[in-house]
Amino acid sequence: MDFTVLAKGIALAGCGIGSGLALIAGIGPGIGEGNAAASAVESIARQPEAASDIRSTLILGVALAETTGIYGFVTGLLLIFVAPGLFLGKL
Amino acid sequence: MEINLHGSWYVTILEDTPIGDIHITMTMIMGWVVLIILSLLCWILGRNLKVTGISKRQVIAEWIVEALNNFVHGNLGSSYDGYIPFIGALFGTAVLSNLISLIGGCWSPTADLATEAGWAIIVFILITKHKIKAQGLGGYLKGYLSPIFVMAPINVISELATPISMACRHFGNILSGMVIGTLIYGALGAASMALLGLIPAVGPWLGEHIPILKIGFPAITSLYFDWFGGLIQPFIFCILTCIFIKQADEG
Repeated sequence: MDFTVLAKGIALAGCGIGSGLALIAGIGPGIGEGNAAASAVESIARQPEAASDIRSTLILGVALAETTGIYGFVTGLLLIFVAPGLFLGKL
Repeated sequence: MEINLHGSWYVTILEDTPIGDIHITMTMIMGWVVLIILSLLCWILGRNLKVTGISKRQVIAEWIVEALNNFVHGNLGSSYDGYIPFIGALFGTAVLSNLISLIGGCWSPTADLATEAGWAIIVFILITKHKIKAQGLGGYLKGYLSPIFVMAPINVISELATPISMACRHFGNILSGMVIGTLIYGALGAASMALLGLIPAVGPWLGEHIPILKIGFPAITSLYFDWFGGLIQPFIFCILTCIFIKQADEG
C-alpha cells in the first residue's frame, strides 16, 4: 500500500498543529508587559516629574520582555511557510 | 496572492564545493549597499571641519558623536573609549539595514539570520575575551564547573544563550515585521481585487493592476514594525552588548 499521501498529510498536519502550539508563547509577554506598564503608571502617579525617564525605561523593558513572544511567533511562521517545502521535499 | 517569504533571492556561483553550494545572496548585496551608503554618509559628515563658525552638517556630526559618547560612557564607563567607534558602527549598520527595506523593492539584510549571527559572534568573542582577561584562563574554565561540576553543560548552554538570544531577538522582530507587511499587502491586494472586480467590464484587470486598497493602510502598520522596531532593536542590541561587557569585566 502506498503511504506517501498519508505521510505527507501527517507532515503537514504536524506543521499546522505545531505552529498553533508555538503561538501559545504569546501569553508570557502579555502578562509581563502588563505588569511592567502597571508599575510604570504607578510610579508616574507617584512622581510625575520623572515621567519621561520612566517612559523610556518602560519601552526598553517592554522590548526586552517581548523576546520570548517573538521566539514563539517566528517558530510559528517558520512552521507554516518554510517547513512544508522542507519536509515535503524529502518525501 | 504571490507571497515570497522563503528567504532572499540568490545566484549559485559555484556548485559542489567541499562545503556545499556557494551562493551570492541578496543579503550580501544589500549588506554591501548598506556599507557603501554608511561610508559615504560618514565621509560627507566629516569633511571640512572647523572650530568656530560651523556648518549645519558639522552640527549634526557633533550631535551624533556626543550622543554616542554619552551612551557608551553611561553604559560601559569612562575607561572604554576604544569601544565607541565599534558601538557606533554596530548601531548605524543595524539601523540602516533595518530601514533600507522602506525603499521600494529592497530587501533588508537583517531579515536574514546570517547578519545577526555575525554580530552575535563578534559580541560573544568580546565577552569571552573580557571574561578571560578578568579571571584568567584557569578561572574562566573553572567558572563553568561552579557550583557543582555536573552543572557544566548547563553553564555552557547559558553562556551560549546570550549571543543566540541577542541575535534571535533582533532577527525575530525584523522578520516578523516583514512577514506581516507581506501578508497585509497580499490581503489588501485580494480585497481590492474583490472591490474593483465589481466594475462590469474592466473590473478584474483594474483590480489586478491598480490595487487601490494598498495605499495608506500598510503605512500605519509599518510605522510600528519598520520604524519603531527597526530603531529600538539596534538600541537594545547595543545596550545589551555594553552591559554584558561590563558584567564580564566585573564578574
